[in-house]
Amino acid sequence: MSFINERNIKVWSTIGSRATLGIAALELSKSIENLMVLTCDVSTSAGLDRFRKTCPDKYLDVGIAEQNLIGIASGLASENFNVITTTFAPFQTMRCCEQIKVNLGYMGQKICMVGIASGLALGTLGFTHCCIEDIGILRSIPGITIISPADSLETVKALEAAVKSENPTYLRLTGSSNNPIVYKSDYNFEIGKSITIKNGKDITIFSSGSMVYQCLEASKLLESKNISAKVINMHTIKPIDKEAIKEACKTSLIVSVEEHNIIGGLGSAISEYKSTIKESPKQLTLGIKDTYGKGGDYNFLKEKHRLTPEKIVKDIILSIK
Amino acid sequence: MNTNGSNYINDIKNFALNVRKNILEMAVSAGSSSAHFGGALSITEIISTLFSHQMRIDKKNPNWDERDRFILSKGHACLAYYASLCEIGYINKEELKTFEKNDTNLLGHPVLNKKIGIDFSNGSLGMGLSLGIGVAISSKKRKKNFNVYVILGDGECNEGSVWEAAMAAPNFKLNNLYAIIDKNNFQQTGANKDIMNVDSLNDKWASFGWHTEEIDGHDINKICETFKKIKNINKPKAIIANTIKGKGFSFSENNNDWHHSVLNKSFYDKAIIELEKK
Repeated sequence: MSFINERNIKVWSTIGSRATLGIAALELSKSIENLMVLTCDVSTSAGLDRFRKTCPDKYLDVGIAEQNLIGIASGLASENFNVITTTFAPFQTMRCCEQIKVNLGYMGQKICMVGIASGLALGTLGFTHCCIEDIGILRSIPGITIISPADSLETVKALEAAVKSENPTYLRLTGSSNNPIVYKSDYNFEIGKSITIKNGKDITIFSSGSMVYQCLEASKLLESKNISAKVINMHTIKPIDKEAIKEACKTSLIVSVEEHNIIGGLGSAISEYKSTIKESPKQLTLGIKDTYGKGGDYNFLKEKHRLTPEKIVKDIILSIK
Repeated sequence: MNTNGSNYINDIKNFALNVRKNILEMAVSAGSSSAHFGGALSITEIISTLFSHQMRIDKKNPNWDERDRFILSKGHACLAYYASLCEIGYINKEELKTFEKNDTNLLGHPVLNKKIGIDFSNGSLGMGLSLGIGVAISSKKRKKNFNVYVILGDGECNEGSVWEAAMAAPNFKLNNLYAIIDKNNFQQTGANKDIMNVDSLNDKWASFGWHTEEIDGHDINKICETFKKIKNINKPKAIIANTIKGKGFSFSENNNDWHHSVLNKSFYDKAIIELEKK
């Protein structure tokens, strides 16, 4: 999109991926005539207030009713509207899970669902509002693309790609405001094609969403310990980039890092393919270890679930020993 | 809509008779895989009126952009749906016999298939009215004049998602949306009143902001008259159609054993004789 420039990228990182979503949707509405944005009483949280005021004809609030959200979106999609739906990730994916199965999966209605504040960002509100299950659940529904962008710029690029794609998509937004910047300038984003953001020869670290930056930092710490780590942004979790996994099998350890339950997410997706490759290396699966436990703020939870650069490094070193 | 001449009621009656014949053919050819018999027969007059009279359709083109849209939210009643699509020429008689056979287009719940005029897959209850809202909104946004007709079951009204949609449609001022609730008083394992009492549906839909009508869902005159009467009412419209589950055959009327059952040869023969008397 033409409005991608260095200044914007910095602004977006400050306001976080949710607010960025609203700006990106507004920009998309200029070129995509039949765009519709549907929400469940979350226009402010999803950064859509300006969109709502600027494009009232393209905006529809269905109230706090996620099952109805997916049904209405599918009705519109069947009449060739290009629909984005959005609400908080657990409600966007699980409250209406069967509607997603039947409408997006079974029928293939083309909708782009955006789950905001997925992962642990809303930890102070408790685990009703955190979302560590969405990838696992949606991955088991045939036909749905799953993307977890690494920063605000990638959120913009992924939204555009999803809206222009033929397939139903789930866009999983993680992190909070003041998102660390992974991409400082424009780059090529393609659904299903991972991006190597740092080269390395000893081990390969795969991550997505907010964890990409953490892994990049972790790889710097590993350098000082003479471990050369390749860092891959696996922004698309489904369909998974098999070539990248095949390539990673040439290194001595594969690490997956995710702000998601270790069951069903990125780590599972990688290991499902890796297990088909003869003499593939060991995999270390970092993430939330199938537990809820006590909540707290985002940083507290990242520490607790060992998703900071320091803890990631510790676990990697422990695994190598 | 064809209202010319006084014979249109007879035409609808004939259409309904053929729908029942088609239902029997499919149910008997399904054999041991069973068929949702009762709930298809209860909507036969409603769906026949829609497809042969009320809805604007093009018999040559199932995807005509100006067509009225139809959604069978109670997807298990698909026998009546396929039977109607056959009568308007979208499905041929031979294909009807593939009902519930391996690799068929005609499974026990409708599967999206634009070639034969099925716009949506359905079967999981409580999803169709939300789809109808999306389609009805699209009609307004695209400045089209088509209406959207959704058939729901009374048992289906147990589903919370029905009421999410019921709340939304008046809010979006969808005067082009019709919900027809097939009130046959039964659901899968028994009478509504013994499983989950849904009374009074009329009051419930009215309180959600719909224009409501309660009619005999087998009285074709009344069905036509009602559609005509409420046409210009500026609200979404709910028609509570009082029906008889298994309508048309002595053995199945109000007998919930025929909710989902095998129609064997002797029942089939009995049914054919009863139809011929009508």
